[in-house]
Amino acid sequence: MKEDEVPQDKSYLTDSLIREMCYAVDKDGNYTTVVSEGWEPKDIALKNSIQLIKERTEEARIEFINGHLSPLVYFMEKNKMDVGILASYVGMWKWRVKRHFKPAVFKKLSHKTLSKYANAFDISVEEIITFKGEE
Amino acid sequence: MKIDFTHHQSAHCENGVASNLLKHNGINISEPMVFGIGAGLFFVYLPFVKANHAPAISYRPMPGIIFNRLSKRLGIKIKRVKFSTPEQAKKALEENLKNNIPTGLQVGVYGLTYFPDEYRFHFNAHNLVVFGKNGSEYLVSDPIMEMTTTLTEETMEKVRFSKGIFAPKGHMYYPISFPDQLNWEKAIRKGIKQTCTLMLAKAPIIGVRGMRLVAGKIRKWADKYGTQKANYYLAQIVRMQEEIGTGGGGFRFIYAAFLQEASVVLKMDELAILSKEMTEIGDLWRDFAVDASRVYKNRSNQSDVYNTLADELIEISYREEAFFKKLQKAIKK
Repeated sequence: MKEDEVPQDKSYLTDSLIREMCYAVDKDGNYTTVVSEGWEPKDIALKNSIQLIKERTEEARIEFINGHLSPLVYFMEKNKMDVGILASYVGMWKWRVKRHFKPAVFKKLSHKTLSKYANAFDISVEEIITFKGEE
Repeated sequence: MKIDFTHHQSAHCENGVASNLLKHNGINISEPMVFGIGAGLFFVYLPFVKANHAPAISYRPMPGIIFNRLSKRLGIKIKRVKFSTPEQAKKALEENLKNNIPTGLQVGVYGLTYFPDEYRFHFNAHNLVVFGKNGSEYLVSDPIMEMTTTLTEETMEKVRFSKGIFAPKGHMYYPISFPDQLNWEKAIRKGIKQTCTLMLAKAPIIGVRGMRLVAGKIRKWADKYGTQKANYYLAQIVRMQEEIGTGGGGFRFIYAAFLQEASVVLKMDELAILSKEMTEIGDLWRDFAVDASRVYKNRSNQSDVYNTLADELIEISYREEAFFKKLQKAIKK
């Protein structure tokens, strides 16, 4: 990549300060560094990821409203977590966390267990139990 | 308190922390030199593992390895500590700051408040340096940022004790002893040799063979999982490849810069020629990312496009195989 080929695609991330440094070749063939304003292929890839998380969160919200899943799934997706990550935050086995995704099991959870989840999501226990499925 | 520490931006976090910490201790080492001697160029496909709901591919070795290899090769000793409680971790960090030691930390990206939301994923192998404290705020040199920044005590605890794969457990590190004389030539040769060995490894999931394995998977994704999922997987490949200075093209250019620098130190013109070749390979990785992005952007669903991309990746793997064979031969001389 030559110095003047370093991507300078002004993306939606541009105003949020991260301008990455890239290595590129100057006109004499020597390596130098250039700060990039962003690159479209990367941005679309990132947007694609964010889109998937949004879709998963929305799905979890609807499944909660329909009574198929506990609100923990919604908060997990919202926090960009998967079961493995959530399990390690609350210090439980994955199968236990998955069990808590069942509304019937969730209802019986102790305050202590709920507070572990609340900590992981950085919210209060009240916010979890009073969640009504609002966006 | 504030340690007199100079922040230099870098393309990759671990290289940057290593280079900045060593510069602080009077060893003038560039980011590419860290990357080359530490044998940072790598490729591994991890079957059965999922990251962000997609197959996991890593373009770098395990966190901490680059700096470890580098210091071993140069005879520098680094002290690394992990902690069982946040209190101990905090105490040790503040002790270091009091003693004027800028300290490297492994942290989780998700809690880093100075990153835009879009960048904040559960990824635990990020590195930064703490070089002081102002009231209750830590002064932070994050090598991928242009400027230094700050983190509150509360956030610092969160990022040092993030959970999941590679959980940092408060991991902090800093160099403690240096040899009287640095043998650059020997270190460079060792670094190059190791990179060649790893990229040419006979194991099917590592190096150029790993790339071919992934190419084979790409061909099947659309039929197996449908277009949407296949495109999502492709987007993840590009993200892992090019995001925040890791992976494909970016790493090849750093490696090419390293070879250019090494050709001067070792007085080997051959390395300068190979540096040019590595630059060309880096450009191929970039083309791959551009072409892949066209596929997931337009949601084109001919199975042809996946085959074309797979062919591109195969082509890159053969170019790299030939390249590392040449490099291996050159460095033996």
